[in-house]
Order: sequence, then structure tokens, then C-alpha cells
Amino acid sequence: MTAIAMKSTKAYRRKRMRNNLAGYTFLAPWLFGFVAFTSVPMLYSLYLAFTKYDVLSAPQWVGTANFVNMFQDGLFWKSVGITFKYVFILVPLRLAAALGVALILTTKHKGIGIYRTVYYIPSLLGGSVAIAIIWLRLWGSDGAVNGLISLISGSPYTYSWIGNPGTALYSLILLGCWHFGSSMLIFVSGIKQIPVSYYEAALLDGAGPWQRFRYVTFPSLTPVIFFNLVMGIINAFKAFSEALIITDGGPMDSTMLFALYIYKQSFTYFKMGYACALSWILLIIIGIFSALVFRSSNYWVYYEA
Amino acid sequence: MQFARRYRPVRALAFHVPAVLLSIIMIYPLVWMFVSSLKPNEEVFTTVTSLIPSRVVWENYVTGWQSAGRYTYATYFANSFTISFWCTVGGVISSSLVAFGFARIPFAGKKLWFAILMGTMLLPAQVLLIPQYIMFKAFGWINTYLPIILPQCCGVPFFVFLNLQFMRGVPKELDEAAEMDGCGWFQKYLRIMLPLSVPSLITSGIFGFYWSWQEFLQPLIYLSKPRLFPVSIALKMFADPNTQTNWSGLFAMTTLSIVPVVIVFMVFQRYLVEGVATTGLKG
Repeated sequence: MTAIAMKSTKAYRRKRMRNNLAGYTFLAPWLFGFVAFTSVPMLYSLYLAFTKYDVLSAPQWVGTANFVNMFQDGLFWKSVGITFKYVFILVPLRLAAALGVALILTTKHKGIGIYRTVYYIPSLLGGSVAIAIIWLRLWGSDGAVNGLISLISGSPYTYSWIGNPGTALYSLILLGCWHFGSSMLIFVSGIKQIPVSYYEAALLDGAGPWQRFRYVTFPSLTPVIFFNLVMGIINAFKAFSEALIITDGGPMDSTMLFALYIYKQSFTYFKMGYACALSWILLIIIGIFSALVFRSSNYWVYYEA
Repeated sequence: MQFARRYRPVRALAFHVPAVLLSIIMIYPLVWMFVSSLKPNEEVFTTVTSLIPSRVVWENYVTGWQSAGRYTYATYFANSFTISFWCTVGGVISSSLVAFGFARIPFAGKKLWFAILMGTMLLPAQVLLIPQYIMFKAFGWINTYLPIILPQCCGVPFFVFLNLQFMRGVPKELDEAAEMDGCGWFQKYLRIMLPLSVPSLITSGIFGFYWSWQEFLQPLIYLSKPRLFPVSIALKMFADPNTQTNWSGLFAMTTLSIVPVVIVFMVFQRYLVEGVATTGLKG
């Protein structure tokens, strides 16, 4: 009796060992990458954040000087402000566009599939250099947008949307909005998963279209909205290549998004220590906002019981 | 929320007119780019709103092809395909293996590792950029594709998640049946899970291709020799809008640069839309 029990625990243990071995073998590529390309670089970056390092000579420990210097760095504050403006205008706008179009595209009409494809294509080409170059030409002083305005108004219009500090950031925000397609697709599938019986019940209660949206569609979609919101915020804080290619942070630093500022500090001025300190600030900002959204979800995200 | 309705023309019109207008806005930049690539160069900005070229100049594609420094776009496209191929293959295979580990095998510390994996998805690339650059520079990997390709071969968190979601839907009975037949974990993966998870492999492959094809930041930092440039960098470097004169040639090349993306989209559209829908993946 005990012999059998012992044998079975032995077999159990052996099986568990085998599972552990297999599990870690399958995970091996990621574990290796996590250590070599994520953890070690992150620790190194944390160390560099407290040093002065120009790549040519060895890093020099400067304590918290980098972080102290930030407070006196006018461009740092400016780029933080620009980034907040970018994020807090772009994310709600894009989310609203995605949700609005998704609602329309889930009504019963012909050609829905084609519209969905057409609206999605810009997201597909996302941050490609080709699109950035086109955007620059569309909104330039001799670009197609001004061409259209001239055509409608009848007089030549040559305002440079990208060349003026007042509007340059908005042209980038508009480019971001143009990519509402992927969030739209997620909303469309979310809306399709809402049981028809909910709407039937609402109709029986005499709910109009707005009430059906307010009390059925919207609450059912809150988990999807939450997901899109979190991803939207994180991605907007990381936005970089559009600004680099289209405006290079200009004119007059009016589009110096934080991620671009980090890039400039590191790969243009080779202030690696300072740039690492900045990147940790970015990480902390993203962390705080993600945490806030996660916290707030208790109050507005409905999960089906 | 679809209710049976009689066909009502006003209702249809109220839907289609705005929908078509929005389609025009969405697609206009792309159409403008393509049309501009066919216009005679001097016409690009003089007839900026016209979507019909006075004559169609296909030669723009020839002059544009040769307009980028010492090498032609043949070099840059070949480089882009090389980078994209290895990034995609490496990313898909490694992510599928990791996903299987998480999906099926019970092992110690699984929950913790999974939480870390998901956490890394939120990590901004900027934090890793500088230390990675210093590290790869020390390895002597500047002006090679290794810094771009190798990290992809260690599993891409989003692809792991995508495959994992799919594998969770595969019935466990199949595993148990295989176990009866004496299959180990690797056999179960190779014989059962891999063939069954082809759809999620394709979805991650498509996104892997898109991302690596359009990748800009990594090649910008790691590659300084024009011989090694992918298309994205070549466009940026040689198509500097401030010094550009051959506009229609440039637009010909930007058009060509998105052709592979559009083709892949056309072919795999179904997988893509499903992939986006089921995982909430950002395109």
C-alpha cells in the first residue's frame, strides 16, 4: 500500500519535473530575450540615468543631477505640455470617431464590408514613411488642402499648416485621427457580440434609438472602450516617427513630442545619461496614466456578471 | 443590432452619402499620392487638386527608382524584404513556441512570467532604445541587421498573446488523446497544436510583416551605410522634402513602398480582420 503511494508520488514528482522542464524550454526564447534585451538594458538605463555619458568616454556618476536639470530645462516642460495636448486631444477624438463610425457600420445596409475596408486601410499604413511624406505635402503651403480651399474660396490660399507653430501639432493630431480604423474594427466586433435580446427587451420597454445606445450599446461596449482607451493613451505617449519625419519637432519646437525629445537628446546631442533619465520619466508618466485609467474602470466599465 | 426592415431609399441615401464622403476623405491622400506619381513633375504642385494628370508619365517610376544615391531602390527593396522576412519568421516561430508553453504546460512560476510578459507590452520602446543601442554597439552590431532581427526572434509579446488566445480555443481532449499515444509536449505541439493554430500564425505573420516593413526607428539608429538601408530609411534620407526636386519620382517610390502592404492585406484580409477583432490588436 505505502509502496504504491510512494511510487505514485514519485511518478507525480517526475511528471511535475518534466512539466517544469518542458514549460521553461518552450519559454526559453522569450526568457532569453527578456533577460538580454529587456531586463539588463532597463537596469543599465536606470544606472545611466544617474550619469553623464556621451558614448565616447566612460559614464560619469552625477547623482540626481539629470533629474534636477530637467526642472530648469524649458524645452523639457514644453515637450511635456505638447505631449499632453497631443494625447488628450488625439485619444478622445480618435476614440469617438472609431465608435461613431463603428455604430453606423453595424446598421443594416449594402456595401458595409467595402466601407469597413476603406476606413481600415489608413490604419494599416500607419506610421509609414510614405504616409508621413504625403501628409507633409498635403498640408504644406502649396499642398492639396490649400488647393481645395483656394478652389472653394476662389482666391489663392497659402497658409502653411505644418510650417506654423499654431497649427503644426494639429496636423499631426489629424494624422493620428486618420488612423481610427483599427479601433473601429474592434468596436464593430464588440457591437456584434451584444445579444439581440437586449435590444428586443429595450424595444419592448419603448426605448428610442438614443436610449438604446445609452442603456444597451454603451454599457455593453465599456470593456472595449476601456481597452481602446488604454492602448490609445500608451501609443499616443510613444508617438515619435510622424513628428520626426513630418516636422522634426518644429516649427519653433511646437511639435516636440516627448518621445522625439528623448531621441534628440540621445541620438542628436548624445546626452545619453540625460536621455535615459527622460525615458524613465516617460515610463513613469505612462505608468501613472495607465494606473489612473485602470482605477477609474471600476466606476464606468461594466463586466457581465 | 440588426432588425429586419423594408427597403427605404431615403434611409439608404442617408447612410450611403456620408459613408461615401468619409471614404473619399480616408482614401484621398492615397489616391493623391498615386495620381501625383503619374503626373509630369512640374505639374505636381501647379495642379495640386487635379486628380487627372494631363498625361500619364510612367517614367516617373524609372527616374524615381534611380533617384536615391549610389544604389537604386532595388537594393532598398531587397533589404526591406530581407529584414521583414527574418523578423516575421523569427517572430512567428518563437512566439508560437512561447504561447504553447503558456497555453498548455503546467509549470512553476507560470502566472508570474505571464504577468511579466503582458507588462512588457506596455513598455515604451524609448526606455530600451538607448541601453540597447549602447549594448549592440559594444557587440559590434552597428550596420548589421542583428539588432533589428534578433530581438524579434525572442518572441513578440503581442504575437504570444494572439497565439495564446487561439490555442486556448483548441480542445484539450486532443492533447489527452495524443498523450495516450505516448506523445511528449514537443510532439503535442508539433503534431497537434502547430497545424491547428495556422490561422493565428498567419495573423501574427501579417502583422509581423507590416511592422517590420514599416519599421523606421531601429534601422535609423543602427544602419548608417546606404547599402544596408531598407525602403523606409531610403525614402526618408533621399527624399528629404527640403531638397527634393523630382517630386513625382518620389511619389512613385512612396507608392511602390506601400504596394507590398496592400497586396498582403488583399490576400489575407480575412485573417487580419478576425485577428484584430479577437485580440483587439492595433494595426
